[in-house]
Amino acid sequence: MKMIKQAMLAIATLAFTTLGYPTTTPGTPQANQKLLKSTADHSKFKELQQEFASGPDVTKACLACHTEAAKQIHLTQHWKWEFRNPETQQMLGKKHVVNNFCTSVTSNYKACASCHIGYNTDGPNFDMTSESNVDCLVCHDQTGKYKKPAGFAGNPVTKDTEFPPGSGKIIRAVNLADIAQKVGQTKRTTCGTCHFYGGGGDGVKHGDLDSSLEAPDKALDVHMDTKGLNFSCSTCHKTEGHQVPGSRYAPTAQDKDGAHMRGKADHSNPATCQSCHGQAPHKKEAKLNDHTDKVACQTCHIPAFARGDVPTKMSWDWSTAGKRGPDGKPLVIKDEDGYETYLGIKGDFVWKTNVTPEYMWFNGKVNYTLTDTKIEKANQPIYISKFEGSADDGKSMIWPVKLFHGKQPFDAENKTLTINHLAGQDDAAYWKNLNWDKAIAAGMAAAGKPFSGKYDFIETVAMWPITHMVAPKDKALGCSDCHSSNGRLEKVDGIYIPGRGRDHIVLLDTAGWALAALTLLGVIGHGIGRILTAKRNH
Amino acid sequence: MARVYIFKRFERFWHWTQALLIITMLVTGFEVHGTYSLLGWHQAGELHTTAAWALMGLWIFAIFWHFTTGEWRQYIPTTNKMLDVALFYAFGMFKGEHHPYLKTKNRKHNPLQRVAYLGVKLFINPLLWCSGLLYLFYNQLGAVGLGGLSLGLIAVAHTLGAFLMLLFLIAHIYLGTAGHTPTAHFKAMVTGWDDDVNEEPQGAKVQ
Repeated sequence: MKMIKQAMLAIATLAFTTLGYPTTTPGTPQANQKLLKSTADHSKFKELQQEFASGPDVTKACLACHTEAAKQIHLTQHWKWEFRNPETQQMLGKKHVVNNFCTSVTSNYKACASCHIGYNTDGPNFDMTSESNVDCLVCHDQTGKYKKPAGFAGNPVTKDTEFPPGSGKIIRAVNLADIAQKVGQTKRTTCGTCHFYGGGGDGVKHGDLDSSLEAPDKALDVHMDTKGLNFSCSTCHKTEGHQVPGSRYAPTAQDKDGAHMRGKADHSNPATCQSCHGQAPHKKEAKLNDHTDKVACQTCHIPAFARGDVPTKMSWDWSTAGKRGPDGKPLVIKDEDGYETYLGIKGDFVWKTNVTPEYMWFNGKVNYTLTDTKIEKANQPIYISKFEGSADDGKSMIWPVKLFHGKQPFDAENKTLTINHLAGQDDAAYWKNLNWDKAIAAGMAAAGKPFSGKYDFIETVAMWPITHMVAPKDKALGCSDCHSSNGRLEKVDGIYIPGRGRDHIVLLDTAGWALAALTLLGVIGHGIGRILTAKRNH
Repeated sequence: MARVYIFKRFERFWHWTQALLIITMLVTGFEVHGTYSLLGWHQAGELHTTAAWALMGLWIFAIFWHFTTGEWRQYIPTTNKMLDVALFYAFGMFKGEHHPYLKTKNRKHNPLQRVAYLGVKLFINPLLWCSGLLYLFYNQLGAVGLGGLSLGLIAVAHTLGAFLMLLFLIAHIYLGTAGHTPTAHFKAMVTGWDDDVNEEPQGAKVQ
C-alpha cells in the first residue's frame, strides 16, 4: 500500500515537473546546480582518469595542481596529532593524551589511524614530512564510499582483503578513481566520518556530535537544518589554508568581540556563536542580553546533548572487561535497543540520550592528566581533562559540559595512567587475548614509559564542552530552569542567581517572614480584642 | 465633628494605584526572590519590572503633587500627642475611648501616621527604588563606575526593603479598620469624604 502511494506521488510529481517545463524560454542555458558551485569538474581531469593502486597515488595527482595543499596540511593539528597548549605548556594532541575511552593512540596506530588524515600512519613515528601521505579524500570525498577501515594504518583498501587474516571476513575495495573524480568541499558527512564516531562508535565521545547531524532537522540543529540554513561544519569552522579553527584543546570559552564583518580583519575564533551573533543577540527580550557576559550561549540554547536519538556513552568501566561467553569468545551484552552495555574486550558502558549537561565556570583553560602525571587512587576520580574557571577571574563563562566517567588501568606503583595495547593481531593486544599484563606492558614499551608490572583500575572523569546541536529558540531553556532552587545552575558558585534559594541570606528571610507573621498575629489579636471589648463597652 | 472632603482626587488615585502596584510587586517580587512559584519566574519578573516602572512614574507625579500643593507638610513629624495616640491603640481603644488626635483637613495624619508615612517615603521607598534600579541595570553598573557592587548585595538591600514594605502594608491595612467605625477610613480613602474631621480653627496653619 505504502509503495503504491509512493509511486502515485512520484507520477504526480513527474507530471507537474513536465507541465512546468515549457515555461522556460527555449535556448536559455539550464542552470546546473553542480556546475554553478564549482569552476572545476574533477571527472574531466586526465590526471584522475586512471586506476589508483593506493591512497598516496591519488594524493600525488591532487598535488600536481594543488601544489601547496600538503604543505598546509603538514601545519595542522589534524595531521600532526600534536598540540602544545601555549597557556599550560602541556603537550597534547592524539599522539600524547590519554583518555578514558580507548585510552591511547600510542601502540594502537594501525586501528586509530583510520581517523588520521594521512596514509601509512603505522606508529608514533610516522613520516610527518611526506606529502603523498596526506589523505585528501577523507575530507573531500563526496560519494560517501571512501572508507579507512581499522587495522590498515589509515589506508583505504584497494583490493578485496580478508581481515583479520583467516577470519573469513572480506573488506571490499573502494574505487579510488571514482571518488577522486567527484571530490568537493568538505561537508557534514566528511567531517563526521571521524568526529561523529570519536571514542569508537557513533556518538560515543562528544555527546553533541553524532550521525544524527548528517541530515538534521531544525529541532536538532537550528543551523544545520537541511530544510533551512543547512550549514556545513565549515560554515562556522571557517577554514583558511586548511587550518580548521575551533579546537577543544584550547577552546574559546569567552568571546567578547562583536560579530565578524566581511572585509574587516578579525583574528578571533570564527567558530564562536558571537562571531556571527555578537554580544546582544536577543532582539525581543533585551533582558536576555544581560546574561551574555556570564552565561555561554550554549548553556541556554543547547538544553540537552545527544538529542538526535543517537545515544552517547556516559561511562566506561574497563575494570570489568575480560569475561568470555559460553562459546569462549569475549562476552557481548546488549540492551533492548541493540546497544552494547558490556563487551568482554572493553568492559561496561552506560549509554544515554537527551542528557542534561553539567554546568560550570570555564575560562578556556583545560588541564590534562598525561602519562607522566602522578596520580593517587585516594584522590579518585582523577580528572583526565579538567576545565579551569571561576566566577571572578574575568575570563570564565558558565558552560554546559558532558562529564564522562571512566575506570581504567593505571600503574599502581609508578602512579601513572597506563598506555594500553588494545588493537592488533599480536599476542599482547588486549582485544585479542584479554590479558592486561601483556597489553599494558606492550603499550608502555611502545610509548617508552616505565611499567612496574603492577596495575590497578582507577576512576577517571573527562570533561567535554557542549557546543553543537543548537536548538531553535523556542526550545532554549526558560528563566525558571536556572532561576530556581535545584535548577540547572544549582551547583555553580560565585554568582547571585535571583530565585535560587542557596543565595538567600537565611537570617534576612527568616527574620523577615517571622516579623511579618508576628505583625499579622499582632493585628489579628488586636482586632479580636477590639471585637470582644466592643461588646462590653456597649 | 464634620464631614469634610479630606482626600483629593489625585491623592486617592495615587493611593489606590500605588496600593495595587505595591501588592503586585510584593507578590511577584517574592516569586523572583524564589520564595514560591506562582506565575512562573519569567512572568513574575516581567510583571515586577512593568509594575516598577509604573510605580516610579506614579511617584514622580506624586512628588510633584505634594510639593506644588504643599501637602508634603502633612508628613512633618511631631511628638505632640504621639504618646497619647500610642496609648490609645494599646489600651484606650479597648475601653471605647475616642481617638485622642483631633484631625483637621490640614493635619489629617496623627503623629504615628506621620512618622510611619515619612519613614515609608524617606526610607523604604528610596531603598526599594535605588536597589531596584541597580538590580534592573546591573549589567550597566560598570559603565557608571559602580561595577564593584555585587548583585548579591543589591538583592539583599532590595529584599530588606520588600520585607519592610510588607510589614508596613500589614499594619497599614489593619489600622485602616481602626477608625471610629471599622470601615470609616476605607470609605474616606475611596470617596475622599471623612465624617470624623474637626473644623479648622479660623486662620489655622498647617503644623
